[in-house]
Amino acid sequence: MSDTHAKAPRAPKDRSMILQKQMIGGHFERLERAPETHEPVVYTFVPGNLTELVRSFGALPLLPEINALQSGMRGLSRRYISEAEKAGHSEDVCTYVKCDIGMLKSGNIGPTGTRLPKPDLLLLSYTGCYTFMKWFELLREEYDCPTVFLHIPYQGDGTLAPEHRQYVVDQLRDKVIPALEQVTGRPYDEDKLRELLGYSTQAEDDLVAVLHSAKNRPSPVDAYFGAVYYVGPIFSAFRGTPEGAEYYRTLRAEVEARMAKGQGPITPSGRLDDQKYRLVVEGPPNWTNFHEFWEMFSEEQAVMVASTYTKVGGVYDFGFRHDPSDPLGTLADYCGGCYTNLNLPQRIDMLARYVREYSADGFLINSVKSCNSFSAGQLLILREVEKRTGIPGAFIESDLVDPRYFSSANIKNRLESYMQMLQARKAEGAA
Amino acid sequence: MRCYVGIDLGSTTTKAVVLGDDGEILGRGITNSRSNYDLAATVARTEAFVTARFGLLRREVERAAGTDVLDKLMRAFRTEQVLLQMRRLHELIEQDVHTGVTPGLRGPTLESLQAIFASMEREEEAYFALEDPPVRSDFFRDIAGAAYIHAAEQLAADTHLSFDLFLGLWDKSILRVENEPLALGFTEHIGSALKRIGDPKTVRDGVEAAMAVEIDEVATVGTGYGRARLPFPKEQIRSEILCHGLGAHRMFPDTRTVLDIGGQDTKAIQVDGHGIVTSFQMNDRCAAGCGRYLGYIADEMNLGLHELGPLAMQATRSLKINSTCTVFAGAELRERLSLGEKREDILLGLHRAVILRAMSLLARSGGIEDEFTFTGGVANNIAAVTALKQLVQENYGNRTVNVSPSSIFTGALGAAMFARQGARA
Repeated sequence: MSDTHAKAPRAPKDRSMILQKQMIGGHFERLERAPETHEPVVYTFVPGNLTELVRSFGALPLLPEINALQSGMRGLSRRYISEAEKAGHSEDVCTYVKCDIGMLKSGNIGPTGTRLPKPDLLLLSYTGCYTFMKWFELLREEYDCPTVFLHIPYQGDGTLAPEHRQYVVDQLRDKVIPALEQVTGRPYDEDKLRELLGYSTQAEDDLVAVLHSAKNRPSPVDAYFGAVYYVGPIFSAFRGTPEGAEYYRTLRAEVEARMAKGQGPITPSGRLDDQKYRLVVEGPPNWTNFHEFWEMFSEEQAVMVASTYTKVGGVYDFGFRHDPSDPLGTLADYCGGCYTNLNLPQRIDMLARYVREYSADGFLINSVKSCNSFSAGQLLILREVEKRTGIPGAFIESDLVDPRYFSSANIKNRLESYMQMLQARKAEGAA
Repeated sequence: MRCYVGIDLGSTTTKAVVLGDDGEILGRGITNSRSNYDLAATVARTEAFVTARFGLLRREVERAAGTDVLDKLMRAFRTEQVLLQMRRLHELIEQDVHTGVTPGLRGPTLESLQAIFASMEREEEAYFALEDPPVRSDFFRDIAGAAYIHAAEQLAADTHLSFDLFLGLWDKSILRVENEPLALGFTEHIGSALKRIGDPKTVRDGVEAAMAVEIDEVATVGTGYGRARLPFPKEQIRSEILCHGLGAHRMFPDTRTVLDIGGQDTKAIQVDGHGIVTSFQMNDRCAAGCGRYLGYIADEMNLGLHELGPLAMQATRSLKINSTCTVFAGAELRERLSLGEKREDILLGLHRAVILRAMSLLARSGGIEDEFTFTGGVANNIAAVTALKQLVQENYGNRTVNVSPSSIFTGALGAAMFARQGARA
């Protein structure tokens, strides 16, 4: 074990981490008080979320899959999943859904310990996950509240055609905005929306600088395990808010400071300056054994330099920014461009580009057992990216929040083998 | 003599291979993993050094003494090892009788045990005396178990003592004897083995010469599921995927695809022209379709693992059996039997089910484009090999399919090669 790889889990928290904790804590408290303050609550999902629009109506967004993953990280999901299974949900159903339903049936106490309010509106922005539709059907049944559906056309041909974009804008104007007007009692305020979109753009610029910093050696960030924290505010309730913009400004400054000092990110194995492997990752992380999973990489001095999962709530690193001058059009572009709405060739292009641009030694696919829409085609992706980059890929399987599907010994065995294989190839190349 | 050791701690068996300075294989050893990897590694390695010493001996005296004498000496050595363990087992069982059997039954039980162990020793001596003995298991547990149970059944039938009493005593003590570090090395038993075959002078001189050779163990590399248990630094631990790739390359240099079916995992591995792994796939979530699947079926059918393949080869037709779950396959097996299906036909279907799972992994790892090598314990099973060859032909056309009789040692061989490479780098 090298000196720079010494265990130092009690490193002082960065300011951005403290900020994020305060922001999330504050948001959940506000949600808990919503029944008294009468702030309207809109349930929505991460991919294709319309946070600025929701916020422009003075409503609070609540994201069920964020609650599910937080429950997974806090060791609550197993109990919630059993509750949902008792209520008749099959073992093979998406575990985010079961975790959320189980939480609801257990008193609806959110991951930070506060009570979650009932929704005033279920806003379903459909960007490729069919299960989301079923999930909101269940919630609609439970809460008997209005639901509005925004259909985002799939990028089957690899682009969002102008008529598709217009189709989304029309739905926003004719369906989503009237629904929001009705539940909030406020009229649509386009100037307010433009103002919030301005905050989004600032945050997006800073986030992209953070993600791009991983092109450096050593990388000052872990662009998967670390970056799931970084994308937290922008993927959830804080895109288009001043706090969100401030968070990303702070984060960027911290990352740039680390970069200037040639420092790596803090990992479960300490600060990782000496980075032996640079990897690209496809697929979400496992949340129930998140630190253990991360440690399997950090122990081997592997750093993740790019990931697709950190793009499910928006792909910004190839140039897209929310454009305040065209509020509804930009929301349509954003929704259409989410990673979940991309076709297989686009996902392959993206991974191959990451491997090249971030000078990766390898790439990994973490396939999720209960997520068919994301996992379908991943073996094809693996083969194709291998072919295009000449870099070997690794394939492991786990789950989002069901701890029963995280088989530590098997995953560790596979990852160790993979990294030894990369090492053997490096040695062979050097010989 | 400089040598390099590779140890593969599998879920079912632990294997060791000793390589010489020129990379030649000097010795191989195998034992059951017995939930005690430390001891299993020691036993496998002792065994590998025993065969290495016998290899040296063979070089010294083969011309003078002849192959038959040396084979006989090796068998005599094995018998001495078995007898030592039997005597220790007898002692341990007697101790248990004093503490665990009701006083009234102790005397007759001890008396019966004397008879059982005398019968076991006679059986061992008779096996040694055979001119052309049948192949038997490498493991003491299997050898002694068969003899003990046979004798105990006989005795229970002839006395008022119950068979269960003897079985209980066996279960308790076999684990203890397996978990004791008994002296089973070359030096300890070669003297008595020599006497057993009449102490011929030509061999005795060779033994002395073989014992005089100093074996300098330069480096050891461990692999397999239990590798984390080995008291080695991280650099001396290699993944079994890399070891199987390199070992298969050593056995068959033109190999580009390797399929390893072990006790609890199946690996499909692609290697380059130097035996370096370029990609691999392993079974996920479930070990149905691995060696343990066959082990479970053997238990269900009350057969030895080594009997499954030959029996399946007698089938006249193959039945479709699920391979999604080992326990379900067991249930399916019982149902088929109750419907009057023949055991061998069901077994052929089971072997095909195992290989079908492996074919899916092979496809995922990139398929078979060139020469192909099958390794791991299941490669010793004739019905599995036959099913594999057939399915390879159906899916990929004509491909060279290599199976080595010592395929179970592939991982340990690769580990020993890594040890040698590392030491010479």
